[in-house]
Amino acid sequence: MNASPAVLSPPYDVARVRADFPILARSIHGKPLVYLDSAASSQRPLAVLRAVEHYETTLHANVHRGVHSLSQWATEAYERSRETVRRFINARSSREIVFVRGTTEAINLVANSWGRGHLTAGDEVLITHLEHHANIVPWQMVCAATGARLRAAPVTAAGELDLDAFRQLLSARTRLIAVAHVSNALGTVLPVQEIARIAHAQGIPVLLDGAQAVPHAAVDVRALDCDFYAFSGHKVYGPTGIGVLYGRESLLAAMPPWQGGGEMILSVSIEASTYNELPWKFEAGTPNISGAIGLGAALEYVESLGREAIAAHEHGLLELASQSLAALPGVRLVGTAAGKAAVVSFTMKGIHPHDIGTILDSEGIAIRTGHHCAMPIMQFYGLPATARASFGCYNDTQDVERLIQGVRKVRELFG
Amino acid sequence: MDLKELYREVILDHNRSPRNFGRLDPADASAAGRNPLCGDVLDLTLRMDGDRLTDLRFEGQGCAISMASASLMGEAVKGRRRDEIERLYADVHALLTGGESVDAQQLGKLAALGGVAEFPARVKCASLCWHTLNAALAQKHAPVTTE
Repeated sequence: MNASPAVLSPPYDVARVRADFPILARSIHGKPLVYLDSAASSQRPLAVLRAVEHYETTLHANVHRGVHSLSQWATEAYERSRETVRRFINARSSREIVFVRGTTEAINLVANSWGRGHLTAGDEVLITHLEHHANIVPWQMVCAATGARLRAAPVTAAGELDLDAFRQLLSARTRLIAVAHVSNALGTVLPVQEIARIAHAQGIPVLLDGAQAVPHAAVDVRALDCDFYAFSGHKVYGPTGIGVLYGRESLLAAMPPWQGGGEMILSVSIEASTYNELPWKFEAGTPNISGAIGLGAALEYVESLGREAIAAHEHGLLELASQSLAALPGVRLVGTAAGKAAVVSFTMKGIHPHDIGTILDSEGIAIRTGHHCAMPIMQFYGLPATARASFGCYNDTQDVERLIQGVRKVRELFG
Repeated sequence: MDLKELYREVILDHNRSPRNFGRLDPADASAAGRNPLCGDVLDLTLRMDGDRLTDLRFEGQGCAISMASASLMGEAVKGRRRDEIERLYADVHALLTGGESVDAQQLGKLAALGGVAEFPARVKCASLCWHTLNAALAQKHAPVTTE
């Protein structure tokens, strides 16, 4: 197309981005690393490593506990990260930002605190068929405890949510809708705004599992109009062991604490306790302070690259990889939704994904193989496993070319 | 790290056309092997004559290493006594984990699995069938003593 150069955004300088990630300089089995497993865990830029180091070497003490200077500084740094998270997802208030270990813990928190308070026998929780186990098992557990029923909306052969079937599964007993924003196994972007609209028309709250969405797109919880949003730090270039639960303030305020301990109380006697305010009510025990600070730095790093720029860059890689893979004989793409994030799942005729993974590894190429903690969607496709390449802000077209060469080598070896 | 060591021709051949594939019905013992991390599935059925394994079949799905290992195991254990199988398993285990040196002569075709030791992530693929066989033999053991 004849787009005027004036409207084009500046070219995305992937070489400069790569230089921010020290691990990308290393070799695996004598070959330069091609890291295509960011959907499992992304790598961390120097900005994050330095923020954590700065905190550990100059600021560390326990938060919210001391009158001494270090404790105050640590508290300020920790709370500043909360404010960064709030801004990043456009929450109304930092009281709506709860630091947790990750997406899994965030969903478990909602299942236990909100779920046990709101679900009774015969109630229903509606998920989809393509959820990660972290958005299935907590609901199974709370359903078993309350007598509620877990229902799952089907997907189409392309891996898109069947929205009509979804609507039909809504009933007068549906109490919560919990769906992935982006499928980890397939990359499908779900129509979450539409889902929220449908749900709210019936007064049903919506939880979004945003683990795979936050790294790839601008997430605005107010525009999405979701009630809960969960994501992990380590998938968005931050540390492991830190994640976020966003909750609409009115909902969080009415929910009981999930875990009890320090930090989450205002006063304790042997008979009873007064719980702390939001968000600390949900942060029992000493939190992952350095993780939160690293996460704040990661989100600032993503902002510095530009979320739209990252998304556009990754989309180019996804298109290239999908077309190149689909052109290879015997390769089948699994999940061909119209709207996808930077994930390409595939199988090779007659070759198990683990063998693909081992052979690519010998070429220095890291991909994920297996069921991706999403066994129901694998069962839907009748597959025990797939090979999955996923892209991050630091991948380039050379990575895609190496992947294609690697897949060719797999075919040669297996004949 | 030598891929050709892992994917030797014998392995590729047994993966492509696994021997003793299927199910015995009736069977004297059976066991299901599952590798939850990989999604590997292996169902093993046995016929026994006293202490001797007279026939076996396996079915399931998994990577080339797990399929070939099950196929090679079937050929190696058929017709053997329980104690012989136990000794063989000890040798295979040592081979897979790269422990003490193993007498390749003893192992016969199973020695083709020797490359696995260099790929620690794949040891569980090769050993799934042996764990499943142990479970089936143990299951057979119990009824045998009460009959």
